[in-house]
Amino acid sequence: MNTASTRIDVRKTYKLFIGGGFPRSESGHSYVVSDVRGRFVANAALASRKDARDAVAAARKAFPGWSGRTAYNRGQVVYRIAEVMEDRRPQFVEALRQGEGRTPAAAGKVLDESIDRLVWYAGWADKLTQVVGNANPVAGPFFNLSTPEPTGVVAVLAPQGSSLLGLVSVVAPVIVAGDTVVVAASTERPLPAVTFAEVLATSDVPGGVVNILTGSLDRTAPTLASHMDVNALDLTGLAGDPEQATELEIQAAANLKRVRRAPAAEPDWSVEPGLDRMTDVLETKTVWHPIGV
Amino acid sequence: MNTFEYAPAPESRAIVDIKPSYGLFVGGEFVDGHGRSFKTISPSTEEVLSEVAEADETDVDLAVKAARRAHSRVWGRMPGKERAKYLFRIARIIQERGRELAVLESIDNGKPIKETRDVDVPIAAAHFFYYAGWADKLKYSGHGTESLGVAGQVIPWNFPLLMLSWKIAPALACGNTVVLKPAETTPLTALLFAEICQQADLPPGVVNIITGAGDTGRTLVSHPDVDKVAFTGSTEVGRAIAKSVAGSDKRVTLELGGKAANIVFDDAPLDQAVEGIVNGIFFNQGHVCCAGSRLLVQESVADEVLGRLKRRMGTLRVGDPLDKNTDVGAINSAEQLAKIRRLSQIGEQEGAERWSAPCDLPDHGFWFPPTVFTGVTQAHRIAREEIFGPVLSVLTFRTPGEAVEKANNTPYGLSAGVWTEKGSRILKVANALRAGVVWANTFNKFDPTSPFGGYKESGYGREGGRHGLEAYLR
Repeated sequence: MNTASTRIDVRKTYKLFIGGGFPRSESGHSYVVSDVRGRFVANAALASRKDARDAVAAARKAFPGWSGRTAYNRGQVVYRIAEVMEDRRPQFVEALRQGEGRTPAAAGKVLDESIDRLVWYAGWADKLTQVVGNANPVAGPFFNLSTPEPTGVVAVLAPQGSSLLGLVSVVAPVIVAGDTVVVAASTERPLPAVTFAEVLATSDVPGGVVNILTGSLDRTAPTLASHMDVNALDLTGLAGDPEQATELEIQAAANLKRVRRAPAAEPDWSVEPGLDRMTDVLETKTVWHPIGV
Repeated sequence: MNTFEYAPAPESRAIVDIKPSYGLFVGGEFVDGHGRSFKTISPSTEEVLSEVAEADETDVDLAVKAARRAHSRVWGRMPGKERAKYLFRIARIIQERGRELAVLESIDNGKPIKETRDVDVPIAAAHFFYYAGWADKLKYSGHGTESLGVAGQVIPWNFPLLMLSWKIAPALACGNTVVLKPAETTPLTALLFAEICQQADLPPGVVNIITGAGDTGRTLVSHPDVDKVAFTGSTEVGRAIAKSVAGSDKRVTLELGGKAANIVFDDAPLDQAVEGIVNGIFFNQGHVCCAGSRLLVQESVADEVLGRLKRRMGTLRVGDPLDKNTDVGAINSAEQLAKIRRLSQIGEQEGAERWSAPCDLPDHGFWFPPTVFTGVTQAHRIAREEIFGPVLSVLTFRTPGEAVEKANNTPYGLSAGVWTEKGSRILKVANALRAGVVWANTFNKFDPTSPFGGYKESGYGREGGRHGLEAYLR
C-alpha cells in the first residue's frame, strides 16, 4: 500500500449520550465492538453505575420541561427526528451492515421502518389523550374527566438483536408520551444507538430527554432497576432471560416502578405496534369538579 | 400627558408574487377554465390583484373526474402511512412558506397581518400536521377506516386558508380526494396552496381547486359523482344544500352562521372579560361565524363593563391590514359592508343606541368602525340576525337562568362564552347552553384537536379532533 498517497480515515469516537452531551464513561472504561464476522470496528464506552445515575439525574432534570410542552410540540420534535434520520441514511445503513450483518438493501429497509416508526409515533403525541382519555358520565352533578399524563423517568433496556428498529421502537413511545428516558443500548451492537444519539442532538430534542448508555447490562441494569428516581422500567432487552428479568423486577418493586416485563423472545419489530408501549408509561388523572350555579 | 403614537410598521409585500391571472387547479396542473373569469381585489385598497377563472359545469365535471380517478387509482388505495407523509410534507411547506401565505391572505382578505401570521397560517399548518398523524391510525378513531370517495368542499372568505385546511386535511387523511371551491373574493391563498401540493409531489387529482362564485359551488355540491359535501358559510346556503342533496347518498357536513352569546356574570374578572368581548366580536372584523356578537352582561356590572369596553374599543387600531400594529382590518367586500351598514341602520331605527369607536378610516377600501349597540332587546333584528361584522349588541340579565334563556333564544347554536370566577357556574351554564362550542373565560380559541361545529341552524357535523374524522369515513 502506498501510504504516501492514501488518505487515512479519521475515525469516530463512540461515546455516551447524557444530558444532551457526549461524555466518555466516567470510569474511563471502553469495550471492543466487532462486526458480525468478529472484526474490530470500534471501542465503545462501557457505561458504569455512576454513568447510569448521571443519566437518571439528567432525565429527571429534563422531565418538567419536556412533559410541560404541548403535545403538538412534542409531535413536531419527534417528527423532526425522523427527518434528520432520513438525512443520515448512509451512516445507519453502514452501521446495520456491520452490526447486524445485513445487505445494504436489507439495512435500507430496516432504516425505512425505523423512520416510519418515528413518524407513526410522532402522530400519536396529540391523539393519545383523545383515544385513551375520556369524559366520565358520573351519576351526579359533576364534571369528571380522565386524561393520561406521563409517569416520569423511564429506564429502558433496549433489545439486543434489533439495534436500530428495536431501539427506536422502545424509545419513541416513551418520549411521545411525555416521559424522559434512559436507555441501555444493545451491548454487542451499540453503534446505531450512538449514531441515533447524534441525530437526537441535532433534532430539537432537549438535552436529557433521551439518554443513551452503551456497555454491559450487568453494570447499568441493576442501578436503573433499583434507582429510586426512576418511575418505570422496560425489560425488553432481557428477552429470553427470565431469571435476570425477575431479579430486576424485584429490585424495581422498591419504589413500585411500573415494569414492562421481558418477552420470551425478541418480538418482530416490523409489525405495527399497539398503544401499550405508550400507555405503560402513562398515568391516568381524573379531575372532578362540581356543576352548579 | 404625553401620548406616544405608533409609527407605521408595514409588513413587506415583496414576499408575494401575485400572477396577473390564474386558471383552475385540476389533475395536478393549472388549466384554463371554459367559462368566464372574475377579478379579485384587495378590500383595503380596491386595487385589482388578479383575474381568476370562473369554473363552469364542464370545469366542475373535469375536476370531479380527476378527483375520482385519483381516488380509485392512487389515493384511496395508498397505505395510510404513506398518505400521512404527503400531509406532513404539506404541513412543513405551509410552515416554510408561512410568511408568504400570511401576507397574501392579508392582501386578498383584508384581515390584519397580525392575525394571518399568528392565527390563520400556524393553525392551518397544525391542522395538516394533526390529521397527517391520523392517516395511519384510523382504526383507533372509532369512526371506521374506509374512505368515502370524492369530497366536494365549499369554503367561505373569512378564513380562506384556515377553512381550506379544515376541509382538506381530514378528507385526505381518511383517503378521500377533494374538489374545493374557495370563496370568490378570496381565491389567492387556495391557489398558492395548489402550488404547495405540487411542491409536495402530491399525486395529481388528489386535490383540485376550482374558483368561482355561487353557481360554481352549486354545480359542485350537486354533481352526481360527489360522495361527500362539506360546506362552511351562511345558513341560507346551507339550507339550500341540504335540500339539494335530499334523497341522494351524499354525506353532508354544514358549518353555518351563528349569533353567539357572550355571558358576563358579576363575579367575572372584568378586565379579562372586556378583552374577551373585544376579541370575541372584533377579531377578524367580526367576520367570524362563532363571533360573540351578543353580549349578555349581568345588570349589576353592566355600566362598568360598558365603560371599560368603550375605553378599550377606543384603543383599537383600524387600518392597513399589512401594518403589524393593526387590530381591525378591512371589511372583506363592498357587498358585506353594505350589509353591515344596513343592519346597523335598522338597529338605530328600531331604537337601540349606537356608539362607534372614534377612528380615522382610510379613504379607499371597505371599512367599518368597531361599533356597539346598547339598549338592545331580544326582538331587535341586530340581536337576531348574523351581521358578520364588527358590531356588538348588548343585552342585560339578572339571573343565571335568564342569561341561559336569552342566550338560547336564537335559531343558531354555534358557540357561546361564559365569564365568571366560579367553576361550578361555568359548568352549569355550559351544560345548559345549546351551542357546539362553549368558551369559558376565553373566546375564539381554535385547535386542530378540538371539535368545532354547531347545534340547531348553525349546521351539523364537527370539524377538528377525532370527531372530525367521522365525516370522511365509513
